[in-house]
Amino acid sequence: MLAEQQMWRYRLHKVFTKGILYVGLLAGAALMMLPFVWMLTSSIKAPEEITLRTIQWLPKAAQWQNYKIAWEAAPFNVYFKNSFLIAITVMGLDVVFSSLAAYAFAKLNFFGKNFLFLLFLGTMMIPGEVMLIPNYITMVNLGWVDTYAALIVPWTVSVFSIFLLRQFFLSIPHELFEAAVLDGCSRFKYLIQIMVPLSKPALVTVALFKFIGSWNSFLWVLIMTNTPTMRTIPVGLTYFVSDVGSYYNYLMAASTFAMAPILLLFLLLQKQFIQGIARTGLKG
Amino acid sequence: MKGGCRMMRTKKYWKDTLEAYLYLLPAFLVLGMFSFYPVVKSVYMSFFDWSLLRENQYFVGLENYEKIVSDPVFRTAIVNTLRYVVGYVPISIGLGLLVAVLLNSKIRFRGPLRVAYFLPWVTSSVAISMVWRWIYNQHYGLLNMMLTGLAGVVNAVVAFVTFGNLTNVWQFSSPNWLMDPRWTIVNLVIIAVWQSLGYNMIIFLAGLQNIPQDIYEAAEVDGASPWQSFWKITFPLISPTTFFISIISIIGAFKLFTEVYVLYTGRPGPVNSGMTIVYYVYRNAFERYRMGYASAAAYILFAIIFIFTLVQMRASKRRIHYGS
Repeated sequence: MLAEQQMWRYRLHKVFTKGILYVGLLAGAALMMLPFVWMLTSSIKAPEEITLRTIQWLPKAAQWQNYKIAWEAAPFNVYFKNSFLIAITVMGLDVVFSSLAAYAFAKLNFFGKNFLFLLFLGTMMIPGEVMLIPNYITMVNLGWVDTYAALIVPWTVSVFSIFLLRQFFLSIPHELFEAAVLDGCSRFKYLIQIMVPLSKPALVTVALFKFIGSWNSFLWVLIMTNTPTMRTIPVGLTYFVSDVGSYYNYLMAASTFAMAPILLLFLLLQKQFIQGIARTGLKG
Repeated sequence: MKGGCRMMRTKKYWKDTLEAYLYLLPAFLVLGMFSFYPVVKSVYMSFFDWSLLRENQYFVGLENYEKIVSDPVFRTAIVNTLRYVVGYVPISIGLGLLVAVLLNSKIRFRGPLRVAYFLPWVTSSVAISMVWRWIYNQHYGLLNMMLTGLAGVVNAVVAFVTFGNLTNVWQFSSPNWLMDPRWTIVNLVIIAVWQSLGYNMIIFLAGLQNIPQDIYEAAEVDGASPWQSFWKITFPLISPTTFFISIISIIGAFKLFTEVYVLYTGRPGPVNSGMTIVYYVYRNAFERYRMGYASAAAYILFAIIFIFTLVQMRASKRRIHYGS
């Protein structure tokens, strides 16, 4: 009788703590989602609904044309084209260049290897802001200000990608390499035909984070572009604010489509994202 | 025999070296031009009165550094950045750990919940700072409207419980979040916590998965409460992760710029209340074209960050040492 009572109490306790756990986690998640929800509902509100002093979660009628108005109020198609062009090029080149460098560090013995590797790693400790000013002057001297070259070339190699890929290449058994070389496979062929297919998860991680980093990058684009036709989405968005002022429905529509590609990419590739971060602990 | 072998090895060695350098060529070119060179160049520039607007630059020695250190605006930037770091780092790590521990238990909807907490981290700082600008709006912003509602509920409850003796205990008057300099750092801390909590959670979850489950089972058999097993098992065992996240959060926090720029539309907050070190660099270099002066400021930032990097390197070395 007593044992049964205790059992019940134990179960009740379990259910109760579980209930609190769920409520807490769901409330937290709702709070995290709130800014996104508010952005979405604000983006389809009529101008008079934007200036209400009490919370109105949903508009009386969804004003989808806000998106069209916002899109046409600034050259967003140009901004998008620029952002995609730059992000994809930077991503592609970084994957190629960093794989090549990582391969040399992982599989070849050469003069100055350790010194060079430390030199490369050393740049990871230096904040990008230190390089900002000399790089700006370099761009001015090269006449690259306001060109795609300025927005692409400096970002085509990242030490972080090299480091990550090297770690992954090292984890592939060295016997495989020796056997292939003995069979007369050239080293370059080995990289392309064996190493790259085996390293897909690492390459996807590198590509993904490079794409996002490029898409979201702000300060460099801000100082490197003067004409609207060269701007990317984030920089275009800051100029859009000064154009539309306090029409927050249009601003929220623009914010929505500015973050849409990355959010979609994230929802499609959640697993790679989360594993990539857990594995590398990288800070964007 | 041995000599011959070595000669062959050296021949191969130099062939390998040549091949390796070919693989490294693109990296050399890009890093050389946009990382190694500028690092050296900016030290050099920091000793000059360097302006883009004229041909000749003047050597001034340490004058830039002296001026910066005695500039009250720079001091404001340091103080603001420190306040931001002290506010943001502990809160975002604490909440990240809390959510990670809760999500690490056997519950349903783990996947969707993880996504919900993580989503803010992937969004662009510019777009999301724009959304927060709208939320912080004094009259029509979500924050003040929600707080007004909350104050109403609290007042009603208090009035009911005290039989109407206490009315209006919480007299809420909507603060002007973005215009009042006292709120600037708080605004930025809220955004940063919201944005980085999910990232910290993911790293903590990875760390928690490395703690063997049987330790908890043994503790439960011994009658330890969940509270006790958190403080006696989880917290000490997760401390290397906590330390790692602290350092990278601090380093990241010292580079605050974009959120300030967007939240205050290209100004460092009311009366410099959002002036940060990077903003100071940006303003001097690209609004005033004092390139040498700004380089010196950037180097001071580097020095501060370098201290934290060293601390982290020493600690991680020690950790590997203990592990082996």
